[in-house]
Amino acid sequence: MSTGLVFAHAGAVLFVLGLAGGLVLGHLLRRILALNVMGSGAFLVLVGLAQSDGQPDPVPQAMVLTGIVVAVAATALALGLARAFHARTGRTRLDGGEE
Amino acid sequence: MRGAARLLVATLGLALAAALTRAIGELPAERPSQAVDLRPQVVAHLDQTGVSHPVTAVLLDYRGYDTLLEVAVLALALIALLVLAGARDARLCAPAGSPLLVSLARGLVPVVVLTGGYLLWAGAHRPGGAFQAAAVLAAGAVLLQLAGLMPAWASPGRWLRLGLMLGFGVFLGVAYGLLGRGALLDYPPQWAGALILLIETGLTLSLGLTLAGLFLFLTERRGRP
Amino acid sequence: MPAAYADPSAGLIVLPLAWAAAAFVLGPGRGGGMAVVALMGQCALALGLAVGVMQTGPRVHAVGGWGAPLGIDLAADGLTVLMLLLAQSVALAVAVYARGYFADHAHRAQGLWFWPQMGFLVAALNALFLSADLFNLYVTLELLGLAAVGLVAVGGAAGQMAAALRYLVVSLIASGAYLMGVALLYGAHGTVSLATLGPLLAAGSPRLADSLAAALMLAGLLAKTALFPFHAWLPPAHGRAPAPVSALLSALVVKAGFYLVLRLWLGPFAPLAAPAGPLLGALGAAAVLFGSWQALRTAHIKRLVAWSTVAQLGYLFLVFPLLDSGGQALAAAMLQAVAHGLAKAAMFAAAGVLVLATGRDTLDGLAGVASRLPVTLFAFGLAGVTLMGLPPSGGFLAKWLLIDAAFRAGQWGWVPVVIGGGLLAAAYVFRVLRQAFLLAPPAARFQPVPRRLEWTAFALAAASVLLGLRAGELLALLGADG
Repeated sequence: MSTGLVFAHAGAVLFVLGLAGGLVLGHLLRRILALNVMGSGAFLVLVGLAQSDGQPDPVPQAMVLTGIVVAVAATALALGLARAFHARTGRTRLDGGEE
Repeated sequence: MRGAARLLVATLGLALAAALTRAIGELPAERPSQAVDLRPQVVAHLDQTGVSHPVTAVLLDYRGYDTLLEVAVLALALIALLVLAGARDARLCAPAGSPLLVSLARGLVPVVVLTGGYLLWAGAHRPGGAFQAAAVLAAGAVLLQLAGLMPAWASPGRWLRLGLMLGFGVFLGVAYGLLGRGALLDYPPQWAGALILLIETGLTLSLGLTLAGLFLFLTERRGRP
Repeated sequence: MPAAYADPSAGLIVLPLAWAAAAFVLGPGRGGGMAVVALMGQCALALGLAVGVMQTGPRVHAVGGWGAPLGIDLAADGLTVLMLLLAQSVALAVAVYARGYFADHAHRAQGLWFWPQMGFLVAALNALFLSADLFNLYVTLELLGLAAVGLVAVGGAAGQMAAALRYLVVSLIASGAYLMGVALLYGAHGTVSLATLGPLLAAGSPRLADSLAAALMLAGLLAKTALFPFHAWLPPAHGRAPAPVSALLSALVVKAGFYLVLRLWLGPFAPLAAPAGPLLGALGAAAVLFGSWQALRTAHIKRLVAWSTVAQLGYLFLVFPLLDSGGQALAAAMLQAVAHGLAKAAMFAAAGVLVLATGRDTLDGLAGVASRLPVTLFAFGLAGVTLMGLPPSGGFLAKWLLIDAAFRAGQWGWVPVVIGGGLLAAAYVFRVLRQAFLLAPPAARFQPVPRRLEWTAFALAAASVLLGLRAGELLALLGADG
């Protein structure tokens, strides 16, 4: 198995772990981290799978660089929202209360 | 109820993981013969892009439009955070840093600035570029703030707003300016290198400010009696 | 100046990005006038593109001059142009409305950075409608999602924060699933260009990676479209946001997810997706009934309108099991998307006026509104006519075409859903009207409301009704795809 393929398999596992975490975790900080794990899993599959023949491919590498910056922006907004929510309610989870 | 939901997510997760593993496992052997391989194309046109590093060529030329939108995403995240930060005390003082942190910051920040400049320059022919440079510069700003050598930011004044948008504005202007050649971001080969350097320089400044702002607009005064 | 600078596809993306950035540099609360002028220009660009597509067929703009698959293509066909026209016209009306709404001192703080965020939102919509590249679409989806979430949070209250966070979590999970699909497709085929992928996916028997990618991407997009059972995030987000934001989100943002599902379904995923048609239809039917039922139960005006969005989105998915049996179903879906977009923007605009005038967001508080705000109430009722599907509205024609398509396909089981949904819509619209015609209690006090807010709501509602009379032109655009 090539290195790229190992990365792709690891990415698939991380993606599913992050997805499950994003769905079931209650604490907002953990949830945001889980979503980052999920995104990183997808990035690993994108780069790893494209390079499964052992030759580097600059196109998915550039895509992942773009994706990382987008993920940074989304994480910053999520953390800002979570802090603002905490500042107003003292709560760290979203459970219950809404229709 | 909660337990049932977790069980369901766990079951579906395992099924998805199994399916993904199988799909990934069987792909290389079954890769269809007609599949596209972009690698030769990336290399073949590299001399028209004005940069010699293939990843930078994809980022700023072949798929430069992705990067333009990505800069918009970062700018947007900062604006959304400004809304959350809301009206704050404009006279935010920096926290008093520990002496160790202060001397560390004093020693490190010049190196950080130098590293940022190097990364910007290096992007054309080896791994590096505006984003990496901006991240390093922003880290320097965060370090200064943590050490108490720089105040947190209140709502941005006109010059700061201009600085935050400058890189995006230059990028957008270049993209639109080249429309006369027939398409957005259609660099003429002889100018491509210079235009990309111009965009990267603007982006380094603005993204550095933006990334720093993501921290400095939200940070609070701490540890003061 | 070379004619190239007037290229409408490029202009529709560059112009909103430019005014978003300029509005930010101008400063808090500024840039509204510029936005209105720029949106007029964008309407002209979209019309120009529509005429071009009608006359010469679909267009492709190769960004960077490379062309797919090495570069990214922007593509415009009838479907694209229809969505672009809807987006520009609703955005223009909302911009006019928002200038009045945020001028009110009670909302000034919410409007501090509204204009740059709206600019990025409109740019993201246009870029999404035009993009013909799966990874580029991911970036536009993220830009759109973050703009929408940021706008939900501008109010700053705890409930809005919670709604925005919930929206953001769903949006990020959905984008993650979409991105995983893109990764699998790139791994299998070495390209993310829609045009290049189509023949590659059609050739040979479908591989597991392809089916899995299609499933992940469609599931992500359905969550972004708030199709039942992924709808839970929508009512709080659309119900709690300021009225102009709710109008943008309900009329346009959720439609972007639907548009992409349709685009992928008709395009590269055509060989894979057909078996899922009945499932999407069933979810759509459930959305129509459940959303309408919830709209009948809620005590809040804006929440009622938001639940109505959940129901009306359901109609859009009823067409998926019918797409194989001719062009009727596609026409029905697009007409419903446009008619609902206009009507829902009108309804949220009217609801915003009602909340502003009565000072609270409950149905109880509406007593006596009919005599004070007749224009607004008329606008609400007219938009309701479209949602119920009464003639001559665009909604009527859409539902008529839908029923026709169901009969032609021999799937008459969808017909009671369409008719029942219309009756339920009538019931929840009349809940609002009935309350508004009650006599005002003596202690009731109404705030004065700028006329401009009332008349924008009215214009949008009138457009949604008159659409039924001019539907021929819209359907001709779809026919231009050939």
